[in-house]
Amino acid sequence: MESVAKQKLLALNGDEAVAYAAKQSDVDVAAAYPVTPQTIIVERFSEYVANGEVDTEFVCVESEHSAMTACITASATGARTFTATAAPGLALMHEMLYVASGCRAPVVMTVVNRALSAPINIHCDHSDSMSERDSGWIQIYAENSQEAYDSMIQAFRIAENPEILLPVMVCLDGFTLSHALENVHVLSDDIAKKFVGTRQFPRVTAHEGKDASFRLDPENPISIGPIAFPNYYFEIKRQQEEAMKNAPKIIQQVHEEYAQISGRHYGNGLLDAYCLEDAEIAIICLGSTAGTVKTVVNELRAEGVKAGLLRIRSFRPLPVEGIVKALEKVRAVAVMDRSLSFGGHGGPVFHEVHHALYDTPVHPYIVNYIYGLGGRDTSPSHIRKIYEDLQGILQTQRVEDPVRYVRLRG
Amino acid sequence: MFSEWKFTAKDIAEKADLFMSGHRACAGCAAATVMRLVLKAVRGPIIATSATGCMEVVSSIYPYTSWATPWIHTAFENVAANASGIEAALKILKKKGRIKQQRIDVIAFAGDGGTYDIGIQALSGAVERGHDFLYVLYDNEAYMNTGIQRSGGTPHGASTTTSPAGTVIPGKVQYKKPIADIMVAHDMPYVATASPHYWRDLITKARKGIEVDGPAFLHTFAPCPRGWRSDPSKSIEISRIAVETCIFPLWEAINGEYQLSAPSKVIALRPERKKPVREYLKMQGRFRHLFTPKFEKIIDEIQQLTDKRWQRLLKKCGIV
Amino acid sequence: MTVQEKSWKEIPPAGICWKPSTEYLTGDWKTYKPIMDSEKCTRCTLCVIFCPDGAIHWNPGKEDIEFDYDFCKGCGICANECPTKAIEMKLE
Ligand SMILES: Cc1ncc(C[n+]2csc(CCOP(=O)(O)OP(=O)(O)O)c2C)c(N)n1
Ligand code: SF4
Ligand SMILES: [Mg+2]
Repeated sequence: MESVAKQKLLALNGDEAVAYAAKQSDVDVAAAYPVTPQTIIVERFSEYVANGEVDTEFVCVESEHSAMTACITASATGARTFTATAAPGLALMHEMLYVASGCRAPVVMTVVNRALSAPINIHCDHSDSMSERDSGWIQIYAENSQEAYDSMIQAFRIAENPEILLPVMVCLDGFTLSHALENVHVLSDDIAKKFVGTRQFPRVTAHEGKDASFRLDPENPISIGPIAFPNYYFEIKRQQEEAMKNAPKIIQQVHEEYAQISGRHYGNGLLDAYCLEDAEIAIICLGSTAGTVKTVVNELRAEGVKAGLLRIRSFRPLPVEGIVKALEKVRAVAVMDRSLSFGGHGGPVFHEVHHALYDTPVHPYIVNYIYGLGGRDTSPSHIRKIYEDLQGILQTQRVEDPVRYVRLRG
Repeated sequence: MFSEWKFTAKDIAEKADLFMSGHRACAGCAAATVMRLVLKAVRGPIIATSATGCMEVVSSIYPYTSWATPWIHTAFENVAANASGIEAALKILKKKGRIKQQRIDVIAFAGDGGTYDIGIQALSGAVERGHDFLYVLYDNEAYMNTGIQRSGGTPHGASTTTSPAGTVIPGKVQYKKPIADIMVAHDMPYVATASPHYWRDLITKARKGIEVDGPAFLHTFAPCPRGWRSDPSKSIEISRIAVETCIFPLWEAINGEYQLSAPSKVIALRPERKKPVREYLKMQGRFRHLFTPKFEKIIDEIQQLTDKRWQRLLKKCGIV
Repeated sequence: MTVQEKSWKEIPPAGICWKPSTEYLTGDWKTYKPIMDSEKCTRCTLCVIFCPDGAIHWNPGKEDIEFDYDFCKGCGICANECPTKAIEMKLE
């Protein structure tokens, strides 16, 4: 590709890759609080600030609740804002996540996925971000540090797009990605900055009847965050849903435009399929697990097994039609969930995939695997076992126990 | 440190309200007067932000707003973090040449619940970080918006819906937290108390809080006829008697140096002018149960506590 | 009076308010109405300053106090605070 820009190759762990992307994105205000396994992001970013490498006001807040709050109001004031957190911090932010999307503040946040207490556990699973799937945030899950870097740069463009104006969460697996060194291609500062651009503000007509830009500006006062009664609350929420509906198109556009300068594609930006066209059996998963699954798919393909993978990159908005289409020819599907929805018959990804297929003629056998809670490792042999299970299902033509646990002692 | 801003009553009367009419505060709400007066003290463009609570709700019932200035509300416990984000954004956007105005001041408003209790962490953090903003506490001494529940700012003996005066317990058992002193202990540049009856003092202090570099904390007294079970026409009068009884003395601490403000200084110099707390308590239904033989001793307790705190304040102000 | 409420496509995003509260009249809350005796009034403007509702205006042109009954809730603070007792609260 001719237009692909020259890029440096740096050895970065996932957290460093994220901090590097934030550094290049002309962030105006960052507000964050340290929590394992996100700490490296805050530390690196603080170094950039200390060394004058960024033109960012870094607010080293006293809690994640305040981190999210400060990002919301800074964003409302017109700043490009960034924060990062992990499980306990994300849970503490919970109230403010809804406020961010409700105020249409295009905050970008990295979530370094970690298990929720109790017992306290610093290792990876997805229970933190899955608990926030209905908070009105766009959620992008990265497979590796390279994608975490790329997704961060894309995230600002997506969030700030006037058709969207929603906050974006870029999720990466704690430790597996956040702390593992990887060779990461990075754009030059200029090209990254140009890609991200400066923030544009939609026009709104507020209480003074003037056409004002959507930010807190004394020249054109607007009031954000009022109390809405049953006569209007619903309408305001419906607008948010419309923004989510606009998101897939923009996510794909931004992803495509980014591919032009970086040479890197992640499926169509929403879903990333691997060996799926002719697959009979497939796994659906999010995040770094996809890397392990690909290794196994390669082995199985070499053995003549028609195995495939569908990685969901954008979990919010959920590309429902894309999922249905991708599974059209698949006969048995294993959905992997790295979190539990207690009492809910399987994990959240399973719920959603299952639900996406219900009203369609696409009805493969479908089974749920809960795995990796609290950082339990899932190796290729466990993935291979899942594909073998799917083969077994095709033979018996039956799903005995639809919700299963990987590597759990019985 | 401060400008020599001189103003007459007519100047204030003439200045347009940034907290506009048509808000839905109860009749006789002194907090609404406080809002109006603080906003009369601005020296130029501002961005305002509020914590959840009466003054936020009454001023932003969708699709209406009473704010003639940019304003944002996000939640209850975080107004100081709201201000932190706004201030940080203004700083950097100005540096990057993305805002026109030379200077935009930031003012945060919160009730006692949003300050003494649930909001103290965000407040303490924002002050420690040194953001340049004025924090205005309008103290109506309970969670009024949710129906008069007790807060850390509710005084001893007051009956609220979560510290009701019963047959055994005489209203709130605990004492009012000395929030302004706690803020002085943050070693912040400006802390003051103000009462709307002393409107000139209040506006002057709000202006100082706006002008000072770094965080400023203004503790305003805001009688609430609804929650205090008092006559709506008496709200401003109560705010005077609170000062005259030394229940709510007026002072300021500039860089930690306490000094009494004129209305309280008069009492310090002429102690015979100090009124008994009884005069204050009797105007309010929330203390009605104290005027019964069973609980009357609580009035003495309140008098003793008031005297103790007043003496302590005098000492801090170098008056012995 | 029925108000035609807008659809989600017509309102600005993010719950931004689109009417000033000065279009919401609170004047009908009152039971008592302040009536000023122009003779007694010294034009000190204390009532303007204390009114929680910004319902009393100082008109510099006319050098006079004006009550805005559209917003006055009838709390009586003005009457209570007036140093010359120039304001009387009268049943509406
Ligand atoms: C996290 C959270 N907890 C509780 C509430 C409910 N709530 C809203 S306003 C309020 C009381 C406000 O009291 P105060 O700060 O004193 O303001 P006032 O209403 O008295 O003016 C409460 C408890 C809330 N909105 N958010
Ligand atoms: S309840 Fe009290 S503080 Fe709230 S609006 Fe009414 S009078 Fe004002
Ligand atoms: Mg209160």
